[in-house]
Amino acid sequence: MRTLFLAPLWAWLTLFVAAPALLIAVIALAIPADTVPPFRLALAPDALIQALTDSFYWHGFLGSLRIAAISTLACLAIGYPMALAIARTSARWRGLLLAIVILPFWSGFLLRITAWIGILRDEGYLNAILSAVGIAKIQLMNTDAAMFIGIIYCYLPFLILPLESRLSSADRSLEQAAADLGATPVRVFVHVTLPHSLPGMFAGLALVFIPVTGEYVIPELLGGPSSITIGRVIADEFFNNNDWPQASALALILLAALVLPATIARRAPRGGRI
Amino acid sequence: MTRSPFLTCWLIAGLTVLYLPIALLIGTSFNASRLTTQWSGFSLRWYVAMFHDTALMDAAFLSIRIALVSATIATLLGGIAGFALARLRRFHGRTLFAGLLAAPLVLPDLLIGLALLLLFVAAERLTGFPQNRGALTVVLAHATMCIAYVALVVESRLASTGTTLEQVAMDLGAPPFTAFLRITLPLMAPALLAGWLLAFTLSLDDVVIASFTSGPGATTLPMLVFSTLRLGATPILNALASLVLALAAGALFAAWRLGRARKY
Repeated sequence: MRTLFLAPLWAWLTLFVAAPALLIAVIALAIPADTVPPFRLALAPDALIQALTDSFYWHGFLGSLRIAAISTLACLAIGYPMALAIARTSARWRGLLLAIVILPFWSGFLLRITAWIGILRDEGYLNAILSAVGIAKIQLMNTDAAMFIGIIYCYLPFLILPLESRLSSADRSLEQAAADLGATPVRVFVHVTLPHSLPGMFAGLALVFIPVTGEYVIPELLGGPSSITIGRVIADEFFNNNDWPQASALALILLAALVLPATIARRAPRGGRI
Repeated sequence: MTRSPFLTCWLIAGLTVLYLPIALLIGTSFNASRLTTQWSGFSLRWYVAMFHDTALMDAAFLSIRIALVSATIATLLGGIAGFALARLRRFHGRTLFAGLLAAPLVLPDLLIGLALLLLFVAAERLTGFPQNRGALTVVLAHATMCIAYVALVVESRLASTGTTLEQVAMDLGAPPFTAFLRITLPLMAPALLAGWLLAFTLSLDDVVIASFTSGPGATTLPMLVFSTLRLGATPILNALASLVLALAAGALFAAWRLGRARKY
């Protein structure tokens, strides 16, 4: 009965999740060719070796790591106080505040990028204000700065929501007790609020970090030629160079880099917890 | 202990920064001038131009059709998955099941898009199906992407309601299937609706997976917006963004009112 009930799902997940993941590995080992589709099946490690040794691809991986790390930390710095402020609002207003945070997320992220282009472009709002107060125009479009603004703007809700949900479940009497026993607000935060919020914080950090490593649209639209992410490199290999084995090899490495740490973390014995 | 003034100020500042670009964009969409920052009078010309842009309208209708179908498939499968994870405590291969289910949720869109494209190409060579890529392959890809989101919403809803009501129904003599139909399904209903809406929005918003899995002749709205933006923003996009935002705000407000109406 149970088997029959879950059979369609098993079939779907096998066909559309497990099989494609295996195919990435198969095509990473293929050889590029002038055919349609542009590869010949083989067991050639060339593309994988290339992906691991070529400094161009290393720049892609390290660039992704840099951009994801900076964006994630910036989201945390901006989002943590916002999440805490929402969590400490009365239940009546919390729902509304959360809706306000989520609403831009519903408007479509390309359209939010459109909004920022209107501000950052050479003849946009920011430069209009700058020239009105007599400062020379600055070029912001197609720079790292514009890309970071776009990424942080688009991913901030992903950090706030899980964090807020964890923070609002906190038992406030613990903080009260710590304060009554003479702890300064900073000590209360470091020893009570922060440790309790860690699971929500890590969930939020992962929800920002992982997609940003593969991000390709925002660097493409707002970033400059130096704003290289591995997502951009893979898309470039695929769409522009038509080198499917190389794109698959890079995708396979990215997949391993994202999945392996999570698997190991889950398997590892947890200190202090049962 | 109440909220410190610092937190309040930070929240207000954060929300202002969150909404400032959107407010400017809405303002600009009513500007008669083509130049962003030069106000030359209130006008609806960009909205009129948007509705006359056949490529944009075609793409919008295609995106809505794809979102309707893929959200429905994802809700059916995701509902079953969420139920299984919440109510069937142990079943064969549960860990693998949960892992496969969560993969599209946690991996970057780019990897999902690339992997699914490789699948569609391989399937076409082996079986002749799907012949060429287009709306159908995007629907399959979006459904796959959204199943996990629906499952997550349904699972957390069922976990929070507990099994007491079902136990009572079965103790009173209801067969398990009747108990499911009369108790569990109504409990799941709000989560299924929320999951469907989430899947619909995700499908409507996706550009990366669609770019990989679509083919010539099937350009979704985000794909069109992306290729337009690469050449530079146009005033029509401001009008489109404002319209989408108004629809989203309306939907969210309606959901909020419905939620309140049920509570009191």
